[in-house]
Amino acid sequence: MVAAALSTVTLTVLLVGLALALVQARRWRAGRAAAVDLWAGLAALPGRYLVDVHAVVGRTPFNARFHALSAGGFLAALALLVVLALPPLRHPALWGLLALALAAMLAGGLMVGYRRRVLRPAGLSGGRFNRLPLALTGFAAAFLLVAADQSAGGVLPVPVGLALVALGGWGLAELVFGVWNGPLKHAVHGALHLVAHPRPARFHDGAGRDSGLRPLDLETADSGPLGAGRVVDFAWNRLLGFDACVQCGRCETACPAFAAGLPLNPKKLIQDLVLSLDEGGDDRAYTGSRHPGRPVGAATSGPSRPLVGPQAMIHPDTLWACTTCRACVQECPMMIEHVDAVVDLRRFQTLELGATPAKAAGVLEELRATDNPGGRSLDRRLDWAVDLRLPVLAAGGTCDVLLWLGDGAYDLRNQRSLRALVLLLRRAGVDFAVLGAEELDCGDVARRLGDEATFQDLARRNVALLNGRRFARIVTADPHAFHTLRNEYPAFGGRWTVLHHTAFLLELVRSGALTVTAPLGQAVAYHDPCYLGRYNGETDAPRALLDAIGARRREMERSGLRSRCCGGGGGAPLTDVAGERRIPDMRMDDARASGAPILAVACPTCTLMLEGVVEPRPAVAEIAELVLAATEPTR
Amino acid sequence: MVDVAILVSVGRHPASGQARRAPSDARALELAFGLPPGRRDALHAGDPTNPALRDYLGMGLERLTVLAMAEGRDPTDALAARLRGLSPGIILTGNQAEGGEDSGMLPYVVAQALGLAIVPDVVAIALDAEGRTAEVVQALARGQRRALRVELPFVATVHPAAPAARPSAFGPARRGRIEVVPVDAPPDAFLTACAARPWRDRPKRLSVGAAGGGTGGALERLRAATEAKAGQGRVLVEPSPDEAARAIWDYLQEQGMQPR
Repeated sequence: MVAAALSTVTLTVLLVGLALALVQARRWRAGRAAAVDLWAGLAALPGRYLVDVHAVVGRTPFNARFHALSAGGFLAALALLVVLALPPLRHPALWGLLALALAAMLAGGLMVGYRRRVLRPAGLSGGRFNRLPLALTGFAAAFLLVAADQSAGGVLPVPVGLALVALGGWGLAELVFGVWNGPLKHAVHGALHLVAHPRPARFHDGAGRDSGLRPLDLETADSGPLGAGRVVDFAWNRLLGFDACVQCGRCETACPAFAAGLPLNPKKLIQDLVLSLDEGGDDRAYTGSRHPGRPVGAATSGPSRPLVGPQAMIHPDTLWACTTCRACVQECPMMIEHVDAVVDLRRFQTLELGATPAKAAGVLEELRATDNPGGRSLDRRLDWAVDLRLPVLAAGGTCDVLLWLGDGAYDLRNQRSLRALVLLLRRAGVDFAVLGAEELDCGDVARRLGDEATFQDLARRNVALLNGRRFARIVTADPHAFHTLRNEYPAFGGRWTVLHHTAFLLELVRSGALTVTAPLGQAVAYHDPCYLGRYNGETDAPRALLDAIGARRREMERSGLRSRCCGGGGGAPLTDVAGERRIPDMRMDDARASGAPILAVACPTCTLMLEGVVEPRPAVAEIAELVLAATEPTR
Repeated sequence: MVDVAILVSVGRHPASGQARRAPSDARALELAFGLPPGRRDALHAGDPTNPALRDYLGMGLERLTVLAMAEGRDPTDALAARLRGLSPGIILTGNQAEGGEDSGMLPYVVAQALGLAIVPDVVAIALDAEGRTAEVVQALARGQRRALRVELPFVATVHPAAPAARPSAFGPARRGRIEVVPVDAPPDAFLTACAARPWRDRPKRLSVGAAGGGTGGALERLRAATEAKAGQGRVLVEPSPDEAARAIWDYLQEQGMQPR
């Protein structure tokens, strides 16, 4: 009797849950088509879950453990419960196994409760999420008693047994319906998202990193709006990805804009997109942290309503506050691609509405008319180096290393570090050349601001320019140009070996072309540029280079792949959204706390942002400048 | 409701020389967008295949009429003829082009040909309820402004101090239509006789040793530029109203701000 009730309750709840999941899945079909290899995704799913997802979750080992216990116990218990629904199989040993699985789940549930009630990380959402530990422990404890009792032959009075089944059934219902649209959404949606992920190459079975933006099709004029203006303008697997968000708040904890009080919380941004899939709702039911300084409940959601606007779900300030630093993507255990979403939204704003914030729009207009964001004459890119007599690589010419100067060549501060780099190349006897007046801006800032048309125009012309010359490698001191040339130009036919200057200088030091004569001997904190570290996984070369020149290296709070952005990426200095603090000030606090008198940087944007912080602060030095000083010839 | 015609030209970026929307013409179009909706005709005389024309369409203009003519032709007659046919209430254009003769004369010539009043250097236009007259704000030298009431129809040239033009967006620029009207235009003999070369700054004469310049180094120059001279003006302590008014009046006289 108790066993039959248990089976009935379990199967009913599971079937209702399945139906609700199908209802949920219908919403994603409103999105645009996407080329997805479902079978390959399905085959890769276990690996992606156990390796890639685990690697992220396991950064907090406690969380990995309670997930293993509660999810493992829950899945095993569900399987056993379905098997036990068949009366001939109701064997005491099976009941014993069920009790074991539920005991594991109970332990996991208690850990979840401890985290939610005692540890209480600030990024977690409340509301229905707060009932999760109750549901987990209620279901596990009640069914554990029933299973133990059944395995012992059924000694409990029937009413007590039925009451336990009812309690466990409530817990199960809470959990299963939570899969539909609640705290356990990530269980099924997350798995489906891993199957149909828009960037399959980012997992361990692919390249392990896939950070280049996808080109927007600008050729077919009638393929709908450019970018995403409404939520249904996203591809269906992107919508699925947003729905996989479990509001764990790891993105929020990592987001530099959120920390500085800019009106952006990546978690809320994803929830804004999720809520927009339902007609006529608003965000009052959202129980996590808001976009700082923005109210909730002000806008009505809907699949065909505009997503971005002063009265829409996403305020323009929220959209333009993002520095595209990828900290959220790095931290997301559900592998959601926040930056892709931000860029898709920006593409619509820029390409369809011309709603780029004023100063950024001005820069884009100058970029279109002069091929550099400052609106300067390209002839003047080498003005700073007139005494250096840089060899210029003409069409058809050959050199070993092509030095890509980037926009830093127009900036007084960055000319200093470029000069250091050129002197180092000379000192090491490298056969190098620059493009001179023919080099165009790489288009990074245009692309992050959503101006895909200008980016593609620049990319095509730069690729043609570079393909018309012969060189072994491209070296650049600008991680943004590095990322664009290395990861985003291949889509336009440009495939070269691209090196960041830190990797190249390390090679020169290691090969003996540069000799360290005056080891630095001072403490140095190294700030990882987002576009070098998270976008390209290069965190070792700059550190090894600093070690090689005798720097006593100190790690700041947040470094390597989890580095905090300087605030200068993604056109953020141009869109200039106000917050409570400035992002570079917060990063400089990290540097101050390290106690190092020198903050080493490896990116022109980081140099400007961090050197713009008011003193007292550590001195900001580009790595090339430090290497130049350390390898000064003795005679 | 008022019909507006906007004359737009192809600009030229001062640093790169690349074709672009002419900034003051774009501001003229921006002013036109701010007027109550009526018919809006944008006209360009020149090469209809110039991609820079799409920049105007990208601002949200659906259609741009191009009076197609070869390089080095005089567009004024063709424009005047076209505008006579459209008979708009307001004709807007930038106060100076970037390229061609750069004389800023075209709106005057067009206004003369049409027999219309011309209001130069406009920064704002507001129409009255009936759409017969317009309150126009004109930019004068040193940031001064003058309000005028002008009866329609009239020609207005837009000053660079007018509100900034909205950005041009790629999507609408691609969707907008360019309507080509081939016209006959006489060759511009003056323009073809001119030689064009890049403009460069005259070198500045350095006044070494002169007051405020040179000898004392940067600090001296900064001081000369920022320090207020002592001993000017006078302090009135609790003056009588008459005395105070007299002092203000004298000051205004001294500054050349007496009413005319």
